[in-house]
Amino acid sequence: MLAYYLGLALHSLKQNRVLTALMVLAMGLGIGASMTTLTVFHLLSGDPLPGRSGQLFYPQLDPTPTAAAVLPGNMNYIDAVNLWQAKRADRQAIMVGGNIKTKAAQTGARPMSLHTLATTADFFPMFGVRFTQGNAWTPADDLAKARVAVISRSASNRLFHGESGLGQNIRLGQWDFRVVGVIDDWRPTPHFYELDRESYGGGDEVFIPFLTSRDLAKLGVTGYSLNCYGNTTDDLHLENQPCLWLSFWVELDNSAKAQAYRQFLDNYAREQQVLGRYAQAGPPRTALPDVMQWLDQNGVVPSDVSLKTWIALGFLLVCLMNTTGLLLVKFLRRTTEISVRRALGASRQQIFMQCLVEAVIVGMAGGALGLLLALAGLWGIRHTPADYADLAHLDLPMFAATFVISLAVSLVAGLLPAWRACHIAPALQLKVI
Amino acid sequence: MTLHPMIAALRRHKAGVVLIALQIALTLAIVCNAVFIIGQRVERVNRPTGLDESNLFLVSQQWVGAPSGDDPASVEKLDSLQQADLAALRSLPDVASVTPINSLPLLNSSWNGAVDLKPGTTGQGSFNGTRTTYYFSDEQALSTLGLHLVAGRNFTVADVQHRGFRDQGEPSLVILTKALGDKLFPKGDALGKVIFLNGATTPTTIIGMVERMQVPGTGSWTNSFVWNATLVPTRLDANFARYAIRAKPGRLDAAMHAVTPTLYAANPLRVLDDDSVKSFAQIRAEAYRADVGMAILMGVVCLILLAVTAAGIVGLTSFWVGQRHRQIGVRRALGARKIDILHYFQIENLVIASVGAVIGLMLAIGLNLLLMQSFEMERLPVAYVLAGIVMVLALGQGAVFVPARRASNVPPVVATRAA
Repeated sequence: MLAYYLGLALHSLKQNRVLTALMVLAMGLGIGASMTTLTVFHLLSGDPLPGRSGQLFYPQLDPTPTAAAVLPGNMNYIDAVNLWQAKRADRQAIMVGGNIKTKAAQTGARPMSLHTLATTADFFPMFGVRFTQGNAWTPADDLAKARVAVISRSASNRLFHGESGLGQNIRLGQWDFRVVGVIDDWRPTPHFYELDRESYGGGDEVFIPFLTSRDLAKLGVTGYSLNCYGNTTDDLHLENQPCLWLSFWVELDNSAKAQAYRQFLDNYAREQQVLGRYAQAGPPRTALPDVMQWLDQNGVVPSDVSLKTWIALGFLLVCLMNTTGLLLVKFLRRTTEISVRRALGASRQQIFMQCLVEAVIVGMAGGALGLLLALAGLWGIRHTPADYADLAHLDLPMFAATFVISLAVSLVAGLLPAWRACHIAPALQLKVI
Repeated sequence: MTLHPMIAALRRHKAGVVLIALQIALTLAIVCNAVFIIGQRVERVNRPTGLDESNLFLVSQQWVGAPSGDDPASVEKLDSLQQADLAALRSLPDVASVTPINSLPLLNSSWNGAVDLKPGTTGQGSFNGTRTTYYFSDEQALSTLGLHLVAGRNFTVADVQHRGFRDQGEPSLVILTKALGDKLFPKGDALGKVIFLNGATTPTTIIGMVERMQVPGTGSWTNSFVWNATLVPTRLDANFARYAIRAKPGRLDAAMHAVTPTLYAANPLRVLDDDSVKSFAQIRAEAYRADVGMAILMGVVCLILLAVTAAGIVGLTSFWVGQRHRQIGVRRALGARKIDILHYFQIENLVIASVGAVIGLMLAIGLNLLLMQSFEMERLPVAYVLAGIVMVLALGQGAVFVPARRASNVPPVVATRAA
């Protein structure tokens, strides 16, 4: 039966090519525009570490003298090191980044500015970073302030011209670091663990132990934003300065542990109040958001992107109504034909189905056109200077979503016209013939 | 012509009428807001920085193997490198004036702080003052950037200090923008007054005010202090430096080309790449690229929306004309003129479009309120909505004209034929 409906629908669509083209075009434009913006939105608001993000938490404390509406987004040195040394979580890591001039240690190598992250040993297992060669440094290396480094595969290729960097020395500033591990290129999107950097830029390329970076303060790994809440005397040796500049992440494998950690943070903050380190009185101001809550809290998705998404959805709605109107015209124009079919025994249900099949054909054609337009739109976005530009590709879920949306839109658009068409009174129409 | 029979006819086509009216309403709502967004972006892009932007360009460069700038001796060394560069650049034939400066408006690289009327108390820090951006420069800043001094005096050579990039210490003299001066001293008597920078305990005197100067940041986080700039007569010494250069009128390209070889000749141990020499026009274009992109996108969306809606109107009206073919013939046979038929469809469309416009008016305002909640939008001015209404009514009339003309051409003889 479906094949018959398909035949009928195609025949009817061919009869009025202009109207058909108009409908397909409207659907295509609507779907293309919304898929372009939805894809970008989906990419930018996605989970950076699927399956793992629920167990990663970002402890927040407030050592500042005045209570701001939102808790500080970074920690000072003392708090970060205290929490790190307390080891109350399954894993914990301090991290701070910087652009550091790096080169292979042999003479004559060309220096390049690389995104460098100073962190602690747990960083790699906690975020599930995959090594292609070697391993992470050990917690003992952290404490020994060892001059060791982990680099990304692309950094290794650039620094050592395709040769293996493992075991070689790289020079950061004026100090040599031995490469103990090479990681697969890793670019969590958004760059959730340090949001002060551009949220959608490339991944970090060089990793060094945090305490080593403090030992070599002149290397200048002090983060991408320095937020001080008191008078500072030195902005290179930040250990004792009232400045927030570090990120601290913990892994807590179940909710009981998360609850216990919340309690621990509160107790810690109270202790600091008693010690006089925290100037604010009253109940401790702490928080423990997980990855998605943290991203949400920071409004990572650029507002222009969400604005465009809303406008595109409105656009799709107008295209939907337009298609509904044109389908209505199309079906009602065929009242005679429908009446004849009804008189010959077709049930209302069958007429309804037939009309819906026609609507779905229009919707699918519109969806295919929309897909092409979305690909063109994403191509256009890849050529803009936005920091997320090179991410703008249609992934499999969005590809599938295009067809689901087209199907849904065409069914919604076809519903009213089909309902109207199947309620035509055949006797009245046939009398006229 | 009375509207009564027309309304009666429309009641028989409820679905179509409702669809067209809603489509017009939604189109109006979206187009009004989109055009408003375009307007806002265009206004943002076109706001003057306060600089004389023609013939102005910026050089950013780094020295290789320069001292760190962490001890007095190396600061002096860095300063002599900078002085040598300035002298070399100032001697170029196509260059009118040169000033060292840490940033420029729209460059999105800024040194921000706060200005207060009271001294800070050590340990607490007073960061609750008025936010400002600092431009560290010298006595040639005003002439090079083309800033208009509206009160007081310019810096003199004797005012200009220099210090290491990471050294602490606040200047004894500054020039403020008028906006910042008036904010600190609402009576407008800021000139000669004493202020405290960044919670410092040492006073700073305001010796002059410039008419207008924008801060380097273009993000929305700067909205609260976008005109609050402070000019500090200090050369910053670091292993990199920026020079703003004013070329002689019409000699911009020549001056820009001359800079790189001149600097390399003065001292080859430095890095200058393709991005190092930028005209202010380039800086402006880069700063506002996202805004211009957004405006263009909104414009395209509006045009397509209007086209889609017009196509919808043409489609539905054509159908109605076809459906009423015989009735039109009857009316013509009973004495209606062509123009009456034409007017019938035009007025019909006007009625539907007006209903759509009224709904659209409410939708537009609703959408605007929604956008204001989540995005940086201002209240939609009534003028935009009124213009939008006129536009959709005109669009409806334009779209209906072709099918209506076809209707008016139906000959009276149709009445005599079977349907």
